[in-house]
Amino acid sequence: MPMQTNVSPSTVDPAEVARFSKLSDEWWDPNGKMAPLHKINPLRIGWIRDAACRKFNRNPRSLASLEGLRILDIGCGAGLLSEPLARLGAQVIGIDPSESNIAAAKMHAARSSLLIDYRATSVEEMGNLERFDLVLAMEVVEHVTDVGLFLERCAALMKPSGMMVVSTLNRTVKSFALAIVGAEYVLRWLPRGTHQWSRFITPAELAQHLHKSRLEVTEQTGVVYTPFADRWSLSSDMDVNYMVTAEAYS
Amino acid sequence: MAEYQRIVIGGGGFAGLALALALRKGLGTAFEVVVADPSLATRPSSDPRASAIIAAGRNLFEVLGVWSVVAPHAQPIVDMIVTDSQLEDVMRPAFLTFAGDVTSSRGPTTSETDAPARPFAHMIENRFLIDALVNACVAQGVVLRTCAVTGFENHRDAIAVTLDDGETLEARLLVAADGGRSALRERAGIATNGWEYDQSGIVVTVSHERDHHGRAEEHFLPAGPFAILPLTGRRSSLVWTEARDEAERIVALPADDFRRELEQRFGLHLGELRAETTPRAFPLGYFVARSFIGDRLALVGDAAHVIHPIAGQGLNLGLKDVAALAEVLVDAVRLGLDPGQAPVLERYQRWRRFDTMAMGIATNGLNLLFSNRSALLRTVRDIGLGLVDRMPPVKNVLIKQAAGLSGEVPRLLRGESL
Repeated sequence: MPMQTNVSPSTVDPAEVARFSKLSDEWWDPNGKMAPLHKINPLRIGWIRDAACRKFNRNPRSLASLEGLRILDIGCGAGLLSEPLARLGAQVIGIDPSESNIAAAKMHAARSSLLIDYRATSVEEMGNLERFDLVLAMEVVEHVTDVGLFLERCAALMKPSGMMVVSTLNRTVKSFALAIVGAEYVLRWLPRGTHQWSRFITPAELAQHLHKSRLEVTEQTGVVYTPFADRWSLSSDMDVNYMVTAEAYS
Repeated sequence: MAEYQRIVIGGGGFAGLALALALRKGLGTAFEVVVADPSLATRPSSDPRASAIIAAGRNLFEVLGVWSVVAPHAQPIVDMIVTDSQLEDVMRPAFLTFAGDVTSSRGPTTSETDAPARPFAHMIENRFLIDALVNACVAQGVVLRTCAVTGFENHRDAIAVTLDDGETLEARLLVAADGGRSALRERAGIATNGWEYDQSGIVVTVSHERDHHGRAEEHFLPAGPFAILPLTGRRSSLVWTEARDEAERIVALPADDFRRELEQRFGLHLGELRAETTPRAFPLGYFVARSFIGDRLALVGDAAHVIHPIAGQGLNLGLKDVAALAEVLVDAVRLGLDPGQAPVLERYQRWRRFDTMAMGIATNGLNLLFSNRSALLRTVRDIGLGLVDRMPPVKNVLIKQAAGLSGEVPRLLRGESL
C-alpha cells in the first residue's frame, strides 16, 4: 500500500503541495472540521447505492455493486463521496469549483490508489459531450444562485436511462432552528454563514424545478439527526435534511 | 486500481478465529485476513477447558460452517436446575428448573411452534472447537501466522503491524483478540474499569458412574456458585468457586482428599466421581475496557471484557462482539468505506459496549446475591426464584436472554449470512 503521494517532483511547488496536503488531511480527518460530513456519509452512500442498485439491477451486497457505472459527483470537495463510489467499481468524475479542493482530492486518491477523474470546474463548463448514469448533487443546490438553471444543466449531463440524486435542506421553521441556529451557532459544526436559510428549497419547489428539466422524483427520504444517540438515520420527516432521486419521464 | 486491503487479528482463540472466518465469508478474496498467534503452532489444540455455547453462538458457528464438524462432541443441555444450599444440607431443593428448548414464543417445551425446538446451550471442550475453527480458516484462505504481534503504529490511512519475526504488515485495521491480559490493549493505552473478586474458579473435568441426561446443575453454595455442566459421555465439566486461598488449598490436595472435597459439593447422585483433568484455579475478576476501539484498532472478546462466570456468558459475549464487528466491517466495505475509519468503529462500540456493561453488572449482582451466608438474603432470593419458577413468561424471557436471542442481535447470531 503506497504511503507516499505520487506527485511528480519537477514542476510542483513544495509549499503548494504542503498546503494541499494539509487541506486534504482536514477534509479526511473523521474527528476534524468535517466530522459531521463523515458521520452522515455512510447513510447517504447507502441510500445512493441502494437506489442505484434497484435502478440498474445490481446486488447491493457485492463489493463491486456499482461496477462500470459512470458517476458525476458535483461539488466533490476532497472526495469523501467520490472515493467510496470508486471503490465500489464506478467510474467517478468529481468536479468542484475550488482548485484547492481538487488538488486535495487528487492527492488523497493517489494515496488510496484510486483512479478518479477530478476536475476543477462547474456543471456549466462541463460541455455537452459527456453523459452519466448517475448525477449526484449532494448538498449543492442550497449554494447555487439559480436552482432551475443548475438542475437543467445537470439533467443535460444524464444518459436517457440515468438517474439524478439531490440532497439538500428544506426551508421550514425547524430547519432554521436546527440547521442555522443549531449547527452553526450552538453545536458549531459549521462555520457561521455556511448556509443562508432563504436559499433553502422545499421538496415541492425542487420537484417543480426538476419537472421543468423533464425529470420526475422517483424516491425521497428525510434524514434526521438524533442528538442523544449522535446518529443520523433515514426518516419520513423531510423538514430539515432530505434526499430525492429523479429520472426522466416520457 | 485495486487498493491493497488487509485486516490483521492479534490472537487466535475463539474470538479471533471466528472473526477471521466471518470476515472471509463476508468479504471474499478482496481482503486478506491474517490471524497472528504463537499458540497456532500447537496443533491439535490441548486446551483442557470446556465452554457453554448458547443457541446464538451455535447459529454463528453454523453460518461459519464449523458446527457440523464439532456437533458429535457437543453435549446438549436439555435441562437445568438451580439450587440454593448450605454445604451440610442433605437435600437441595430446586428453586428453579428449566427444561431447555429455545422456542419462538411459547413455553420452553412446546413443540408446535414454527421454529424447531433447540437446546438453549451445548457444552463443548475447547480443543474441538479451536481445531475446527483453525481448519475452516485454512480452508477459507485465512493467513495464519505463528507469531505474536509486537507493535503497531498508526499511519493515518493504514496501521503498520509488526510481528515478532520482524515482518511489518500494512493493514486497514488491527483487531485485539488476545485475551483478558491483552498486550495490544495495553499498548494502545486503553485502560479498564473493574475489580477482582476474592474468589477463584476451580476448573476440572470429572467422570461419573451414572448418566447426567444432559442436565446442568448450578448450586449456589455459600462460597459461590458450583456448576456441573454435562459433557459427552458420563463426564461433566465443573466451575467451582471458592475464596482464593481455599481454592489454592483445594487444587493442591492429594487426589483422595480432593475427591472428598468434590463429593461434599457435587453430591453422590451421579455415583462415584473421578477427576479426569488436573484441577486448576483461576482468579476471578470483572473488567470492561474503557473503550472498545482505538485508532484503527478494535477489541473483541476477553480483550474487551471479562465477567464473572456465574451465568456462563463470557464466551458468548465475545461471540456477540465477533458477530457485531464482522457485520459493521462488512457493511462498511459494501459502502466502499475504509473499514478502519473512526465512524465505522464507533458503530461497533455503540453496539457492544453498553450491552457488555449491562451483562457485567447483572452477573456481579447475581454473585453478590448468592455468594454469602445471610439467612435473610437467602429467604429473599429463594422467594424470588420460586416466583420466577411459577411464572412461565418470566422464565421464557430469562431463557431467551440466556440463549443470547434478546436485544439487537447481529445477523450471524440469528443464523443469517452477512
